[in-house]
Amino acid sequence: MTGQFFRSIRAAIGATLALAPAAAFAQEIGRPEPGQLGLQQSVTTLMDSIRTFHDGVLMWTITLITLLVMVLLLIVMVRFNAKANPTPSKTTHNTLIEVVWTVIPILILVIIAIPSFGVLTDQLTMPDGQRKYLGNNIFSFGEVDVPAPALTVKATGEQWYWNYEYVDQGLSFDSNMLNEEERAATKPGEPRLLAVNNELVVPVDTTVRMQITASPGGVIHAFAVPSFGIKIDAVPGKLNETWFNARKTGLYYGQCSELCGQDHAFMPIAVRVVTQDEYALWIKTLAEGFVDDANATLPTL
Amino acid sequence: MADTHHLEAHGAQAPAAAHAESHPTGWRRYVYSTNHKDIGTMYLIFAIVAGVVGSLLSGAMRVELQEPGIQLFHGLAAMVYGSGGDAAIDAGKHMYNMFTTMHALIMIFFMVMPAMIGGFGNWFVPLMIGAPDMAFPRMNNISFWLLPFALTLLVLSMFFEGPPGAYGVGGGWTIYPPLSTSGQPGPAMDFGILALHIAGASSILGAINFITTIFNMRAPGMTMHKMPLFPWSVLVTAFLLLLTLPVLAGAITMLLTDRNFGTTFFAPEGGGDPILYQHLFWFFGHPEVYILILPGFGIVSHIVSTFSRKPVFGYLAMVYAMVAIGFVGSVVWAHHMFTVGMSLDLQRYFVAATMVIAVPTGVKVFSWIATMWGGSITFRAPMVWAIGFIFVFTVGGVTGVVLANAGADRALHDTYYVVAHFHYVLSLGAVFAIFAGWYYWYPKMFGLMYNEGMALAHFWLTFIGVNLVFFPQHFLGLAGMPRRYIDYPDAYALWNLVSSIGYYITFAGLLLFLYSLFEAVRKRRIAPANPWGEGATTLEWTLSSPPPFHQFETLPRIGSGTAGH
Repeated sequence: MTGQFFRSIRAAIGATLALAPAAAFAQEIGRPEPGQLGLQQSVTTLMDSIRTFHDGVLMWTITLITLLVMVLLLIVMVRFNAKANPTPSKTTHNTLIEVVWTVIPILILVIIAIPSFGVLTDQLTMPDGQRKYLGNNIFSFGEVDVPAPALTVKATGEQWYWNYEYVDQGLSFDSNMLNEEERAATKPGEPRLLAVNNELVVPVDTTVRMQITASPGGVIHAFAVPSFGIKIDAVPGKLNETWFNARKTGLYYGQCSELCGQDHAFMPIAVRVVTQDEYALWIKTLAEGFVDDANATLPTL
Repeated sequence: MADTHHLEAHGAQAPAAAHAESHPTGWRRYVYSTNHKDIGTMYLIFAIVAGVVGSLLSGAMRVELQEPGIQLFHGLAAMVYGSGGDAAIDAGKHMYNMFTTMHALIMIFFMVMPAMIGGFGNWFVPLMIGAPDMAFPRMNNISFWLLPFALTLLVLSMFFEGPPGAYGVGGGWTIYPPLSTSGQPGPAMDFGILALHIAGASSILGAINFITTIFNMRAPGMTMHKMPLFPWSVLVTAFLLLLTLPVLAGAITMLLTDRNFGTTFFAPEGGGDPILYQHLFWFFGHPEVYILILPGFGIVSHIVSTFSRKPVFGYLAMVYAMVAIGFVGSVVWAHHMFTVGMSLDLQRYFVAATMVIAVPTGVKVFSWIATMWGGSITFRAPMVWAIGFIFVFTVGGVTGVVLANAGADRALHDTYYVVAHFHYVLSLGAVFAIFAGWYYWYPKMFGLMYNEGMALAHFWLTFIGVNLVFFPQHFLGLAGMPRRYIDYPDAYALWNLVSSIGYYITFAGLLLFLYSLFEAVRKRRIAPANPWGEGATTLEWTLSSPPPFHQFETLPRIGSGTAGH
């Protein structure tokens, strides 16, 4: 009964949103959609957890609390305005209700804290092949297997571009945003301010250990890829670490997320997730020559 | 709560003739002022001027962000600095960063703080506790007069070189090194740092003054547990200022020596740590946001009580909720730093501590509603602003709970979601409280009534405007749009356009507010001592409007009869 009620509500909301073309759920992954309302699509275990935690727990909680306060305000404005209630009461205490509105928020926070700590712990724990991760089931003790890292990439924030180093292979290249002429000439299908000349290329279904830093004498940047659920600062003199394991091939964009000077808005992050075979050929070509040659081995998007 | 204040001696109402003693007139009255009311008025005028400047800065940002691409700032840079071509575009990009920085610093240090603490605090703490003036009147004078100099330094910084070839401080209000040290070697940053030093000194002196006044100059019979909530809120605020501003002063002094004298406190190449600065900054910076909002809690409590004709519900819980917010708010700072690479245990602690703040904050919101419950509410302008405050503060509060979770913050950190969150509690919350207080106390301060219709129109323009500005920014943040961006991928265009339209509506409200100031002076509607009726029970309403130059020459006595709590 209630289930059907919620389903019909959801269908109604879906239909309303579908009418507005700007808010249509086109489901393009790895980049923001025009008029998007919520989080970006997920292609990793970590982002699955963030999405479930945010959409399934936090959004409901805060929406209900806000509606409760709004309804209470409307009730007092209607029932207790000077016309409706000319003689005010003199009540200034009610121990029971004061205890209730202290204890219930504590309980709500405890319920939020349980998945919150789990999601956080997943994010900060490098997979070792044994540990299970939460994925979509954030109230579980972990259900998703994640292999140990098979690849280490060091991303260095420069003013204003990224340098990617394949640590085990000792290979590196710079990744610069394409300006409008370059984009029109080489990658016209990719979005403005997100397209780069050389993407970070990684294989699908592989755990990638990301080491993040900024160049010595440089400033702080932050490496972020929303659909992977990762964001971590690139601090000069400090080596930060995070990880991801993307389950779908494709092109995933992020943007520098710590103010780093005049071109802060113009140093995007683009990660290209390819099949194992494509990656093997790409890294082999990179080892033999230039990044342009390696990129030429990848199918055009 | 003030039904507990039974005046036994109405020394407060002494005839005006008794106050005919000489006091300085003309410019000396203000420049040499030691009178808490005159100093409070100067603070309020200063805050209005700074608020207009800060609003214009954000206006330029909203015009720029209205559409994808760079439309405004390269032209602005060409106009102001005379750069051309590609240099103008580069200068414009930096200028945008400089505008975000200046908007934040001016609104925080030169608008909200002077209005809440310097303005309303100076005016009404002595009046509400039955004191003739502040404890240290001359220190009060220097507290105020440091501010124009601080603002002058900050404004000057806009015209000095920051990074090579560009002007002004473009490091954000947090001025994180190395962007604020090696990243911007020019003198602009030094001007900015010195401006913060002076504004900080001004606030520390003010805090000392308020603490001394509140502890020592309450009228006979007014125990701490009978003191009205606004002085309580200022007391908690003053303690936060006194404990945290010196830490900021230390941090920015270390920045200054890193920049100019070869030290390397925050430079990794010299054994320093940029993250250390962030800890020191946020040790101040997080209590600072409570400094901005706590006096608003006090103001809103009085207004809700007055216009409901009912004493504040749960007075003691309200007091200790503020104390708890002040205390817990001082030990949660690193939730601003969830992405710097802190260890798991450290992040867990800051998640847990941050979520705790939701509890006393919830107590306050529910107590305001309970104060209205059973009341006999009249919807005068101050009350409408106060109800608006409760709503927007709730929205800003619940998004704070989302951000408190480091796991969810991973997706939202440094995005527009954060911008929306803190503007809901500050640009909407604190500013709504300021306007509520302004209309509530306007008759008392100036002896004139404001124009009710204009005040209500001002509310509706502002309420609709700011919600249009900031609500869509939640969507932008969730979709991943980072903060402090002069240009954004085209997918973010729709909500940025809506946000900019909201700004124009808000700005129309600001213009109406400024006009209403002239209107009230021109029409001269004389205000009675208490325009709000029996609900207004605190001591300031026992005085004439405006109060005499010196009040309470015979101290009021607060009776022990307590019907309330």
